[in-house]
Amino acid sequence: MGDLAALAVAVPLVVAAALLAVATVVPRRVVDVGAVLAALASAVLCALVLSDTGDGIVVYWFGGWTPRDGIALGISFTIDAIGAGLALFASVLVAAAFVFSWRYFVVVGPLFHALMLVFLAAMLGFSFTGDLFNLFVFFELLSVAAYALVAYDIEEEGPLQGALNFAVTNSIGALFILIGIALLYGRTGALNMAQIGEILAGQDADGLVVVSFTLMAVGFFVKAAVVPFHFWLADAYSVAPTPVCLLLSAAMSELGLYALARVYWTVFSGALGGEEALEAILIGAGTLTALIGAAMAFGQRHLKRLLAFATVSHVGLFLIGFALLDPAGLAGMALYVVADGLIKAALFVSVGIVQHLYGSVDELNLFGRARRLRVTGPLVVVCGVAIASLPPFGPWMGKALIDEAARESGAGWLSVVFVLASVLTGAAILRAAARVFWGIGPKSDPSIVDAPAPAEVDPELDYPHDRVPLTMTFTALGLAAGGLVLGLVPDLRDAIAEAAARFVDRTGYAAAVLQGSGPREVHAESAAPGILDIGLGLLTAAGAIGLAYLTLAPPRPRLHRVGVAAGTVIARLRVLHTGYVGDYVTWLVAGAAVLGGLFAATLTT
Amino acid sequence: MSFLPYAVVAYVAAIGLYGVVTSRNLVHLVICLSVMQSSSYLLLLSIGYQKDASAPIFADVPLGTRAVDPVVQALTLTDVVVGTTVTALLLALAVQAHKRYGTADPSELRPERR
Repeated sequence: MGDLAALAVAVPLVVAAALLAVATVVPRRVVDVGAVLAALASAVLCALVLSDTGDGIVVYWFGGWTPRDGIALGISFTIDAIGAGLALFASVLVAAAFVFSWRYFVVVGPLFHALMLVFLAAMLGFSFTGDLFNLFVFFELLSVAAYALVAYDIEEEGPLQGALNFAVTNSIGALFILIGIALLYGRTGALNMAQIGEILAGQDADGLVVVSFTLMAVGFFVKAAVVPFHFWLADAYSVAPTPVCLLLSAAMSELGLYALARVYWTVFSGALGGEEALEAILIGAGTLTALIGAAMAFGQRHLKRLLAFATVSHVGLFLIGFALLDPAGLAGMALYVVADGLIKAALFVSVGIVQHLYGSVDELNLFGRARRLRVTGPLVVVCGVAIASLPPFGPWMGKALIDEAARESGAGWLSVVFVLASVLTGAAILRAAARVFWGIGPKSDPSIVDAPAPAEVDPELDYPHDRVPLTMTFTALGLAAGGLVLGLVPDLRDAIAEAAARFVDRTGYAAAVLQGSGPREVHAESAAPGILDIGLGLLTAAGAIGLAYLTLAPPRPRLHRVGVAAGTVIARLRVLHTGYVGDYVTWLVAGAAVLGGLFAATLTT
Repeated sequence: MSFLPYAVVAYVAAIGLYGVVTSRNLVHLVICLSVMQSSSYLLLLSIGYQKDASAPIFADVPLGTRAVDPVVQALTLTDVVVGTTVTALLLALAVQAHKRYGTADPSELRPERR
């Protein structure tokens, strides 16, 4: 059944080429329909592959180059439930983005559709592949398509600068990954992840292995936007066309962490020592990312930039899920990524709707102007409290599972990080919604340190619009509904727990790839959120609503002083986000040096 | 095994990186980035190199003839293609930035908001 996975990657590529070929002779709607159908076809294929992974790992060898005597020379797709689930998630998002863009662009060339489909194919291949170099190629394909999509409005200044920063930092990240892969190939003579993992497991982790792990971790951290590798993200996400933002924020950042988890568990977990130190380092990075992202999100008035920093904050929380280095944390992370991704996509679509009607994405500029949006406004509020982990919605469930796993491994203090980060991002969204959709609160805010957003960021918007297209409203509602109910699907938790247990089973993975052996029993414990988690969820949601209320409440001197103090702290962080690519690369190198030093001191055996 | 190729790899990567960080011109910056990327070609080829071995073409030679590793050569070719794509795209952006901003200095490309 692995053929279906290969087909899922091939369909969008072929359709992209075909659309480009016929675009000049067919009407635009034909191109639109073709693109949506291609994304849906991929989604169906991914769903079939996912149902197949129910009993183990699906392996597909290109050209029939199966391993002989346990030595793999061919290139494989090695698909487990988590990879297939991620691919399905990406396909659904791309389909949603196409539906949303139906009326978003007044004029759109077929290049947009082709780039989006190539982006989709790369995401699918990236989730499926079992070969390190193949992973790198899909990583680059994904990145180049994303650079071009961010720079889609090439006549504008913002997209140019955002795309340049994005492309330069991420190309350096990709180079780090490639050097890491080359070093591993030099050591093991293999490129198949299972094979490398098997060879490394029999050896000590010396300098070369640790350096290679560091380089790959840095490369994937750049893509995932972990602090201090995150600077490019807000520049790029705030200027990309909204349908692209939706994909970048909900899927691309998360793919970086997926790749790190995959590479760690299949390649390095058998060799690296010092698991506790690695846990501590990754938890530290995750905590820093979650808090800095949340504080920066709170200080923004540019709505897309606000959501971009919320993405950074959530990547930190996802990273904590992986950093626990056990299946329970990973299961929570998987659920959280999907639920949060859908909600964030719905929020981006809502911002897109506001932008479509009013030509602005500035919170204070839009003050009270969007009163007539009676569906979008409440929807943003619901998404805001869901992001602030109100039970029983999807993001709460994911967070609760990670929280439980953290308590199990004696890191219960992480609950504080989760509450703080979620309160700040949730409050920022609720505050912005109250201002934009209802005109509540003062028109100035001492804690907002951001400069006003440029009035017209999108040339598509010169066109006067007076009503919201149904395609946009339905996309927003559908995405949000998906994210909300994800916490309520009864058997989902057990299925994800089992998938995570399989994901971390390095020897089982290697046996399936190299010996072609069937599924192995895995011991999966699915945690159920308890009273404490419900309490924490309610506390977080109440905190977010309370904080949003305080920022909007009638001005009182004492409150104002707190606001000014918060603004000063956020302004200190903000000056680091200079928008100059040389600074970003300097941070990247410094971060890589610190990470490498810490890894070298703790992970060698 | 000689350390020389690896020293060259590190040197090329380092000067490329220095150029990217300090560059005051976008075209220069993009070229520095591709210099940096070329360090990976060198690294891949030196990993597969064998002394006194021929190219990996196995026609008209006896079985068991030593040859350099063809896999890394394939990887290098792929890498060159990838690098060229990125460079071409970045150069296009650089030209466009020059048209739009009237300058190619990346530190000037800061819109009023950050």
